[in-house]
Amino acid sequence: MTTTTIAPEQVEQQQETWSGQNVPRKEDRRLVQGQGVFVDDVKRHGMGYLHFVRSPYAHAHITAIDVSKAEEHPGVYGTLTGEEVAALTDPFFQIASVPGANVKDYALAVGKVRYVGEPIVAVVAETREAARDASELVEVEYEPLAAITDARHAQDEGVPTIHEDAGGNLMWNGVYEWGDLDAAFSEADRVVKIDELHFHRFNSTPLECDGALVEYNRGTGQWTITTNNQFPGFAIIMMGPAMRVGLDKLRFVTQDIGGGFGNKITSHPQLVACCLLARKLNRPVQWTEWRTDFHLSMSHGNERWFQDTEVAVKSDGTLLGFRTKALDDAGAYLRYEPLGGVIWAQVTPGMYKWQHVRVDFTQVATNKAPVSPNRGYSRMQHLWFTERVIDIVAHELDLDPVEVRKRNYIKAADMPYTTPNGCVYDSGDYAKMLDIALDLVDYAGIGAKRADAAARGKLLGVGIGSTLDSGTNNFGQSRLINPELQFSGNNEVATVKLDIFGEIVVTLGTTPQGQGHETTAAQVVADILKCSVDDVYVRAGHDSYWNSHAGFSGTYASQFAVTGLSAVKGATEMLREEIFKLAGAIFGGVPPEALELADGGVRIKDNPEAFLPFMACGAIINANNAGLPEDLGVTLNCRYVYRPPFEVPDVERKYGNLTLTYAAQVHVAVVEIDPETGYYEVVDYAAVDDCGKRIHPQIVEGQVMGATAQALGAAVHENYVYDEDGNLLTPNFYDYHVPHALDMPPLKTGYVESASPFTPLGTKGMGEGGGAGIHAVCAAVQDALRDHGGALVWDSCNPYHRVWEMLNDPTKGARVEVVAQ
Amino acid sequence: MASSAVSTERTISVTVNGTTYEREVEARKLLIHFVRDDLDLTGSHIGCDTGNCGACSMIVDGTLVKSCMMLAVQADGATIETVEGLAAGDELNALQQSFSAHHALQCGYCTPGMLMSATALLRENPHPSDDEIKKALQGNICRCTGYWNIFEAVKAAAE
Repeated sequence: MTTTTIAPEQVEQQQETWSGQNVPRKEDRRLVQGQGVFVDDVKRHGMGYLHFVRSPYAHAHITAIDVSKAEEHPGVYGTLTGEEVAALTDPFFQIASVPGANVKDYALAVGKVRYVGEPIVAVVAETREAARDASELVEVEYEPLAAITDARHAQDEGVPTIHEDAGGNLMWNGVYEWGDLDAAFSEADRVVKIDELHFHRFNSTPLECDGALVEYNRGTGQWTITTNNQFPGFAIIMMGPAMRVGLDKLRFVTQDIGGGFGNKITSHPQLVACCLLARKLNRPVQWTEWRTDFHLSMSHGNERWFQDTEVAVKSDGTLLGFRTKALDDAGAYLRYEPLGGVIWAQVTPGMYKWQHVRVDFTQVATNKAPVSPNRGYSRMQHLWFTERVIDIVAHELDLDPVEVRKRNYIKAADMPYTTPNGCVYDSGDYAKMLDIALDLVDYAGIGAKRADAAARGKLLGVGIGSTLDSGTNNFGQSRLINPELQFSGNNEVATVKLDIFGEIVVTLGTTPQGQGHETTAAQVVADILKCSVDDVYVRAGHDSYWNSHAGFSGTYASQFAVTGLSAVKGATEMLREEIFKLAGAIFGGVPPEALELADGGVRIKDNPEAFLPFMACGAIINANNAGLPEDLGVTLNCRYVYRPPFEVPDVERKYGNLTLTYAAQVHVAVVEIDPETGYYEVVDYAAVDDCGKRIHPQIVEGQVMGATAQALGAAVHENYVYDEDGNLLTPNFYDYHVPHALDMPPLKTGYVESASPFTPLGTKGMGEGGGAGIHAVCAAVQDALRDHGGALVWDSCNPYHRVWEMLNDPTKGARVEVVAQ
Repeated sequence: MASSAVSTERTISVTVNGTTYEREVEARKLLIHFVRDDLDLTGSHIGCDTGNCGACSMIVDGTLVKSCMMLAVQADGATIETVEGLAAGDELNALQQSFSAHHALQCGYCTPGMLMSATALLRENPHPSDDEIKKALQGNICRCTGYWNIFEAVKAAAE
């Protein structure tokens, strides 16, 4: 397990700023001492522990529920049933247009269960154990129904309907078409037809499961929800209307979160159950999900089929266009969906210059856990598809996958580049990234390595995954799903203040889960206020009552380095101006341009002895302000809302800029397969990243590493597998294998810094990694099989048995046909 | 907390990071729940409930243990070390400093267990080989870092 880091050719400029330096993370000191405060660490006097009774059936009517025995169990404080939920709340707001809009989704199952593990009853007791025991005494009678577990058959005639209110299992459909497909296909020399590709179902399984401690204030009607939900802005707009209360009645508090990866966005149903019980029982209610609960019910990544794909291509490998039918298996409820039906369009052409694209996108319900965002959300699936297409086309036309990529990559000189659907790629040099990645694995010498592997009886393959990590959403894209929606743009908030003793205090609207926001925010502040990062205190965690909370606050979708840090920058610059204004008045009318910040205070440029320390500034405004000019307009407590420059997309054409920044990743994997067993190892690996200006290179590299590890886990092992009755076969870490230290290949990292021209700091959101590792491993396996049957990889998860199958029967790979025009 | 007619509770005594605690505990209570909920030492975490993830790793009578795989009553009389005992007052130990210097943690949830596994390794084998480090960390899952920096941190601390 070695790591090598390669810097770009340019010699790095000597750092004169905090930004760009690997300062020690402010978060680490508490975390390495076990002094972090995660949700399950928080206790309140008299709190009760909540346990959910969950459905053993994938699809069934609930004919009767009897909680009386459970309520009589010693230590039990009370219960909540779906019937009560239906009386006390309204169904959650649906993002979908009709028919998905008609789905009725509550905090607990009402009348029917739709997946194994669906919460039916909540039991609260004095101890975790008593709550669990009592849950087993809840009597539920079911009338089982046939389950649908294969999205491809969800709309077949005669299959049961999962949501009667929706009138069938179709949840959403939309056709996206840009360019001139007919022209592209007539211009093509070849049409490559790919019958079916499948992106599998998995998620990032943060080590900390979901949880909350909910307190109800009877006097004010306000709930305090201490939770690890990573997108309070979204949770609140889901919960408030459902609970029939104003949003300020729902106070979200978080300190440390044990990983999120998108999986902790859609816990709002469980949080509502906690809220109702905290009110009903008049005591704090604590809920911590068990690992199996998480696997059964929380935020599976979007499983997607790509059917009847046709690719128009010239003989030299120039890609003209493609059409496909994308079919998303949304699971049993639309908790964040069908947004996955548009999020992919942020990266419609991937890294390539396709001009003509048609995607007929459908989402259906199945009797599986609801899908929700997972690191690389929806773009990863689409980018895997575009990378698969590239490698299949290269194989079929007998072209070099490196050359096909380079021929079709959008070029650095074309940046900013407008995609066929109106997205604007801000900057980047993909070909250069590929060269760096190939060098890192010594691609020039790969022939010798292939021969060496062959001599040892192994099949060596090299694969490329080139992806984008689009960040800072324009929420106007939701209107492409449902034109009635009134969301657009994005925002994030920060406040920066000087306290009475001159302390610099920063609050963020974000909910970090390990991304080091306290550290990077302090770097940005210190650069502007010309002080040390040690002088900047950034409050840990999130509190929606801190006044640093906006509608889209949270930590998700690769945006902190843009939204969060731009808000910090804006607030700090406001503070700087106020300090100048105050000092100017104190110094007797000195204009701001004659002042500068230095050494923890403000001074007159030409007269450095005229110096006012921050402590004096804070003290004057907060505690010694008699005699200050009435119109001074200085509070030293500055709040800034960063709003990225977006327009509402054109709903008719499905056209517009959907995200502000496009970080890029090029990964290269080298695998060796044992043809006897299908077992393979990643023997060499390179990850090259470009996320624009890096505030803290070590944190950036850490994100690259983490995304790589998750992708490698997903590529080989991680899979939410269901049997045909809808039972999840991988409901814990025994059956759902996540990578261990011994699983990790040697890793080489490299980077390019293409500053974003669109963001205040030149940064780009990053961290999701676009699933590049999955794409690279799929390509590498296919490459290894090239001269051994030539099976084409068609699934994003390739455990050893699948590779063995493809080796022994190449028809187990993708079915592909090439038609000469 | 009598939740059953039959007495299932016992009084146990454990010494954690040098402090001795005597508590009544249900016979079925797991050591990790006892330490976190009853002793309020919340540095050790729970990630899987099945002994796979190692977030709850502690050193019990000198042996590295996944404390979700052990009952609290089994620890009666034991001397237990948890992450809270690693630093000397405000002074982080070499391993803790190395984890921070090498960015071996992101969210920090697995970190206490990782630190205890690495502590147990370095105590038994102060100069481990690369393979020995990886094997020692094999029982601890991290979802943030991909392990590369954790490996480097342990290796540097050993040196």
